[in-house]
Amino acid sequence: MSGNNKHHISYGTYILVWAALIAFTSITVTIAGVNLGRYTLFIALAIAAIKSALVINIFMHIKFDEPIFKVFLGISGATLFIIFLLTFFDYIYR
Amino acid sequence: MSNHTDTVTHPVHRDDVGAKMGMWLFLFTEVLLFGGMFLVYAVYRYQYPDQFHIAAMELNTTMGTLNTIILLTSSLTVALSIAALQKGNKFLSLCFLSLTLLFALMFMVIKYFEWTTKISHGIYPGSPELLTKPNGQILFFGLYYIMTGLHGLHVLVGMVVISFMIVFIARDKVTSDNYVKLENSGLYWHLVDLIWIFLFPLFYLIQ
Repeated sequence: MSGNNKHHISYGTYILVWAALIAFTSITVTIAGVNLGRYTLFIALAIAAIKSALVINIFMHIKFDEPIFKVFLGISGATLFIIFLLTFFDYIYR
Repeated sequence: MSNHTDTVTHPVHRDDVGAKMGMWLFLFTEVLLFGGMFLVYAVYRYQYPDQFHIAAMELNTTMGTLNTIILLTSSLTVALSIAALQKGNKFLSLCFLSLTLLFALMFMVIKYFEWTTKISHGIYPGSPELLTKPNGQILFFGLYYIMTGLHGLHVLVGMVVISFMIVFIARDKVTSDNYVKLENSGLYWHLVDLIWIFLFPLFYLIQ
């Protein structure tokens, strides 16, 4: 039964996280209507990143799971980052 | 307690951490699949910033926002259904999963209306109207259809998976001390939500 007797998250915590996600959604929609020039994309992506962190840590239990899952996540994130980085180096300095 | 005496006398080996590890590896491949598309999007948006802005004006932000809220809420109900099953409340768990299914259906219905509106305006890949537009706009709508289309396909697959979980819980195949299948289905559903978290600002919120 190992793996099942883990940290159990309460209904309240989930609902709180959901409320935060909805709040961030309304913030990002509101900000999109304001002209912030080149920062618009940056802010939209930053909010999306905060929302993902909430989903991954709480909804997907990464915060409370075995450390190996954090390693998995780190490797997949790093792989994607490197692919983006190399592609843009190639594209911009072509 | 369990009525299955055979499982008591012959305990079946179970590795829940291994099962979840397999699921995370699968999610890794999904991240790379969508990551490749986001990469194509990033390069073309960098190349045609103005045309991406003009094309994105055609999308309905209200419908996109509504779908975001629906999908976030469906993620909540999946998480709550796992929490309910952990507490041994089978009925509540089934209620939350059915709600998830309902939200997923609502998402697809809204998506359907969104796509049919676009198509009736003559905007679909290869349409004569779209081909008269500049390259950047053709690329934007191509990416819009393929990325939200593939995401929609994932929602449909998720609905099938959740339906199976409802049957499993109802038949006590997934119980309060053996729920790794439900957890893995939840992980898949949250990933579908995560992808939408990025699709939404990149397609609907360009002003």
